[in-house]
Amino acid sequence: MSATPRPGDPVITAALVAEHGLTTDEYDRLVAMLGRTPTFTELGVVSALWSEHCSYKHSRPLLKTLPTKAPWVLQGPGENAGVISVGDGLAVAFKIESHNHPSAVEPYQGAATGVGGILRDVFTMGARPIALLNSLRFGSLESARVRYLFAGVVKGIGDYGNCMGVPTVGGEIVFDPAYETNPLVNAMCVGLMREEELILAVAEGIGNPIIAVGARTGRDGIHGASFASEDLSHESDAKRPRVQVGDPFTEKLLLEASLELIRSGHIVAIQDMGAAGLTSSSAEMAARGDVGVTIDVTKMPLREPGMTPYEILLSESQERMLVVALKGHEGEVKQILAKWDLAAEVIGEVIAEPVYRVTEGDRVVAEFPGSRLVTDCPQYHPAAAESPDAVARRARDVHAIAEKPEERDPLWTLRTLLAAPTIASKRWAYRQYDSTVRASTMQGPGGDAAVVRLPGSNKSVALATDCNGRYVYLEPRVGGRIAVAEAARNVACSGGRPRAITNCLNFGNPKRPEVFFQFREALAGMSEACIALETPVTGGNVSLYNESPNGAVYPTPTIGMVGIVDEPSHATPTAFQHAGDAIMLLGENTNELGGSEYLLTVHGVVAGAPPACDVACERALIDALLDAIQAGAVRSAHDCADGGLAVTIAECCIVNREQMLGATVDLAAWSALPRRALLFGEAQGRVVVSTADPARVLAAAQAHGVPARRIGTVGSAVDPLTFNLGEGRHVAPLDGLAAAFHDTIPSIMSAGALPAAAPEQA
Amino acid sequence: MRIGVVTFPGSNCDEDTVLAVAKVGATPVRLWHKAHDLEGSEIIVLPGGFSYGDYLRSGAIARFSPIMQEVMAHANAGRPVIAICNGFQIACEAGLLPGALLRNDSLKFVSDMVPLRVENADTMFTHKYAKGQVLRIPVAHGDGRFTADADVLARLEGEGQVVFRYVNAGGTADAQSNPNGSMHDIAGIVSAQGHVIGMMPHPERALDRMLGSTDGLPFFESLLARVAA
Repeated sequence: MSATPRPGDPVITAALVAEHGLTTDEYDRLVAMLGRTPTFTELGVVSALWSEHCSYKHSRPLLKTLPTKAPWVLQGPGENAGVISVGDGLAVAFKIESHNHPSAVEPYQGAATGVGGILRDVFTMGARPIALLNSLRFGSLESARVRYLFAGVVKGIGDYGNCMGVPTVGGEIVFDPAYETNPLVNAMCVGLMREEELILAVAEGIGNPIIAVGARTGRDGIHGASFASEDLSHESDAKRPRVQVGDPFTEKLLLEASLELIRSGHIVAIQDMGAAGLTSSSAEMAARGDVGVTIDVTKMPLREPGMTPYEILLSESQERMLVVALKGHEGEVKQILAKWDLAAEVIGEVIAEPVYRVTEGDRVVAEFPGSRLVTDCPQYHPAAAESPDAVARRARDVHAIAEKPEERDPLWTLRTLLAAPTIASKRWAYRQYDSTVRASTMQGPGGDAAVVRLPGSNKSVALATDCNGRYVYLEPRVGGRIAVAEAARNVACSGGRPRAITNCLNFGNPKRPEVFFQFREALAGMSEACIALETPVTGGNVSLYNESPNGAVYPTPTIGMVGIVDEPSHATPTAFQHAGDAIMLLGENTNELGGSEYLLTVHGVVAGAPPACDVACERALIDALLDAIQAGAVRSAHDCADGGLAVTIAECCIVNREQMLGATVDLAAWSALPRRALLFGEAQGRVVVSTADPARVLAAAQAHGVPARRIGTVGSAVDPLTFNLGEGRHVAPLDGLAAAFHDTIPSIMSAGALPAAAPEQA
Repeated sequence: MRIGVVTFPGSNCDEDTVLAVAKVGATPVRLWHKAHDLEGSEIIVLPGGFSYGDYLRSGAIARFSPIMQEVMAHANAGRPVIAICNGFQIACEAGLLPGALLRNDSLKFVSDMVPLRVENADTMFTHKYAKGQVLRIPVAHGDGRFTADADVLARLEGEGQVVFRYVNAGGTADAQSNPNGSMHDIAGIVSAQGHVIGMMPHPERALDRMLGSTDGLPFFESLLARVAA
């Protein structure tokens, strides 16, 4: 058999090939594989599967260099989600994925379907989703367009996750002009299962039926995968129809039906029909199982009549799954779906003949030899060269930047930084997310990491997402290291032992040497940190072409970190808890200012080398901190990140507005450092803890060779935050700090404008 | 004691409620919306979630589910029904409780730990609280703005049917502390006979110190003590 064109199919021309995003070389490769001219349907299938989004053709060789193994890793990269064992017979599946391009043109549906897709990736592994996180990046909130994108994305995330009954427990939101026209929307999901419930998306068993389940197929989202694989442009708005439309109610039914199906023993494999829909799900399952498949598109349950095979294969209608069932069990599968009022239709079967075949009734409309459809995709090794702009910015002496007159009062600077939208409280957003459904959220949004307990066990997971794209831009290898180290530090501050990561690699156009350099170097830095911290990569997603006419986004390899908290008592909050507790700094202050939020917010400068990151020191810090936490000596812990030490301490005082506590902090020991580097520099490897047992914390630090020093005492609710810097005392009433931190984003979003200046001292 | 928890398509607090029922020592019974049997449940819970995706109007479709016939008969016989969040919306649509729950005045979903004041500690659901006691219980809803006409409101207030009110941490009602703009800051009400309670906050999420509050425990304990007596 061989595929033949359908009546009415367009003639294959060079222009049509180009419109499908295939290069001349790629088209020649396709013709060589087939030994003939492809049909229109085949061209569509290949354009989707060989898109960057589906094929990883520019990234795969480098992805292979990431560390992926540890004794607790049950499933590494290559499946719908990674899986690690957490002990007690339990395992967690988790993954992070981008939905950047759809969110740029249709923020509500783009973000909602991003959440829907990542949920499906996790429950197709057999795991029940127990937590969602989101890592979001937007331009400056001064822009009305950005406020529209921010509000739409937050609502889309909330409406989908809330309806699903999966708590949204954390993540991060960053505002920087680098993301002005190309926001980043990365959604992470974590699911829980018993180890024996793990199911893979591998088609097996000659004669087994292939069944489409869930929502019917319509014309939405056709070529979504290709859209995600090109630069954004002024014409991108016209591609809004490529954005899928989500229905969380159907997804909730699909979740329950899928888990019931997996537990029933009637199926051998299940995969989400996500990017490139039926095409990629069927081709990937066949390739993994090294079997052939045949699919008849006329059997597919459709939303509207008259859809062509091309449209059916490439539709990205949401809330659909492809299932390989055991032969003879079709009735049982349909019965389970019917219980949940969902459709299930047999559309094909697993065959011995090594071929990927699509028919429309009796007519073959697409046929590819074996799994070459997946394996023959070209791989590229583009040139890499560092951007001269990054080199020049990094080389700038940022210590030579003159202080502003206002900076004579370091509390002015502190309030200015607390009011910077990237640092300020994101409660405006996360109050729209149900963070407590499932009654398992021990620590929700707003802390270092979220902590979610695991039913059936004494353990919890600690979850965080992190990446500072500005660091990665300035020095990709160091930035990559820091992204992993900071995520690990956040997890450890909440009491979790970092165990594994998933990553979402958001970069620009890889064909540009400076972008590919960023990609290569950032991955190298991530690898170094992952090895030192024993947190292998279990999967993730690559999102390239995050470019608009304004240029590329900052290279942003978002890290989603999963840690294990052994005992409920180890879960540690961010905020100070008790007046009289000692405040201690683990790690060392340095004279570093490069790449800091201080330089950006106060001086509008992106320059200098990002802070150094010694992964061995980071490992020692985490080990020391966890020792102290597990000994019961730590009342609160918060890592130093954006805004440096002063912001960190202020957050410990005010992050919980209903229970604020003052503090007295003495930093005279570092009076040799420039004041702004001490207070606002972003030296890595530092954590601020409060403790009733400083000797025990010191002992833990010493045992791991980590510098540690008592720097102050927690005050009462009526006390201010006082800094003694040697040159003088600076007293900040908490109300003024809290107003800067808590009121900034709500006032911007309600008034539609930034406050005129830093808030006055209360 | 058997407590039936109904699962509608789109319910998502049903499992939390089942666990809560077991935690307080009763026997949870999972009830499927297509069934016509309460399986001997002495108390029925209509749990939170998004039944039928909140399509048309929250609670509007679920009230026509087959099992609602039995739930109505159970309630009409004077037996207890707990309606939480989406359950409250369903109960209002079904006429088990007066009033309606409209879109939050912020037009945004609201998820938060909120203070509630116990307004009536003489009901079967609240007698283990003290009148005026301030509780901390999570809310999570988009359609929680309780609304009723003036006569109904007067009756609810006059007859002690307002059970919980949104207040600030000090126990005083004010506009800032009302998460959804409900009339009279109402968070929960009981039926005239006192055996059906509807509330937007989630007591089943406030049973564990690790999760930030145990203020939901007396709610379930009140009922168990009264029904067992």
